[in-house]
Amino acid sequence: MKIQVLGSGCPTCEKLYKITRQAVEQMGLPDQVEYIKDIQQILNMGLMSSPVLAVNGKPALVGFIPKIEEIKKAIQKSISQ
Amino acid sequence: MNFFYPIQVLADWLVYTLFKLTPNSLVGGSINFFIYDVIKIFLLLAVIIFIVSIIRSYLPPEKIRTILARKNQYTSNVIASLLGIITPFCSCSAIPLFLGFIQAGVPLGTTFSFLVASPMINEVALILLLGLFGWKIALIYIISGLVIAVLSGTIIGKLKVENLVEPFVFQSIANGNMEMPKMSTKERLTYAKNYTLDILKKVWPYILIGIGIGAWIHGYVPTDFLAKYAGSGKWYGVPLAVVIGIPLYSNAAGVIPLVSALTEKGVSMGTTLAFMMSVTALSLPEFMILKKVMKLKLIFLFAGIVGIGIMFTGYLFNFILK
Repeated sequence: MKIQVLGSGCPTCEKLYKITRQAVEQMGLPDQVEYIKDIQQILNMGLMSSPVLAVNGKPALVGFIPKIEEIKKAIQKSISQ
Repeated sequence: MNFFYPIQVLADWLVYTLFKLTPNSLVGGSINFFIYDVIKIFLLLAVIIFIVSIIRSYLPPEKIRTILARKNQYTSNVIASLLGIITPFCSCSAIPLFLGFIQAGVPLGTTFSFLVASPMINEVALILLLGLFGWKIALIYIISGLVIAVLSGTIIGKLKVENLVEPFVFQSIANGNMEMPKMSTKERLTYAKNYTLDILKKVWPYILIGIGIGAWIHGYVPTDFLAKYAGSGKWYGVPLAVVIGIPLYSNAAGVIPLVSALTEKGVSMGTTLAFMMSVTALSLPEFMILKKVMKLKLIFLFAGIVGIGIMFTGYLFNFILK
């Protein structure tokens, strides 16, 4: 599974990256969280808001910092799909 | 009937009955003014930001882009400016918005209309204007802001300055048809609640300080004290207000309560409007970030056109609202 945080490098994005890493760790997943600062990659996904949490290349949460529980739920949802 | 009357009753009770301060005294008047304004503004902020966030969850920038890419240029400048009102804006979102719009085929002029309206007509500024100046001034601000946004976009569109945008911007085509993750009603409400709390957390110290200094000025500075320096008869008031406003962007929430007190002391309304527009629409950090995607000349052009629009508004209302 590919878990990515995409952002412009702003404080909000850094925070999402940190929370996502915690979420992945707490869920006991072996995956690394990838942090992408290239804005063009956000645009290539068709998005303009940052930060973005993407699972397997698909945006799961866009444009705000969610609570850690929401991140877990979003990852869970993507696994089950 | 004044909608805020109960708050005045509460403020009066707190200050004159509970704290036992004398009405009409300087201290009593200032503290009463402070408590009334603080309660009123925070109530308005909480309610209105919550409502706007719900609307916004249905209209993210990705959807706005799809709307703008389809319309013809003249209507789309108007729609871009209107949609700019509900879109939150921070300088760190300027680049992805700019690239996303241009790469999806939104015209440069329309993109600029959006970039002007989005920070200038934001809900925090509007609530403060509404709460501290009344609905007429808030409405004048919205309408002038929209006119400036539409005209600046139209002028930049007519000038055909695409060559002043960094060439790499046009080298990619953004994927315009991405499916956004779906949100349930409950998720929208949670998003709106969190967003409202985030904004309140961010702006409350500025607002308290702004209203605090404002209350002090209200009580202690003689009326018309500033009329000599910044009344409507002074030609340099407006351009000076615009220049001072440029570096103050991040403090818009604190600046507005402060200017509302200054207006009471003789700063003319047009000058005040010009100042607030400059604070919100012309932001130094945003210009510095935009440098990554466009040539300096285009930034100057953009700032110049918007600046002239703001000054025109300032002079116009100094003339009308004498």
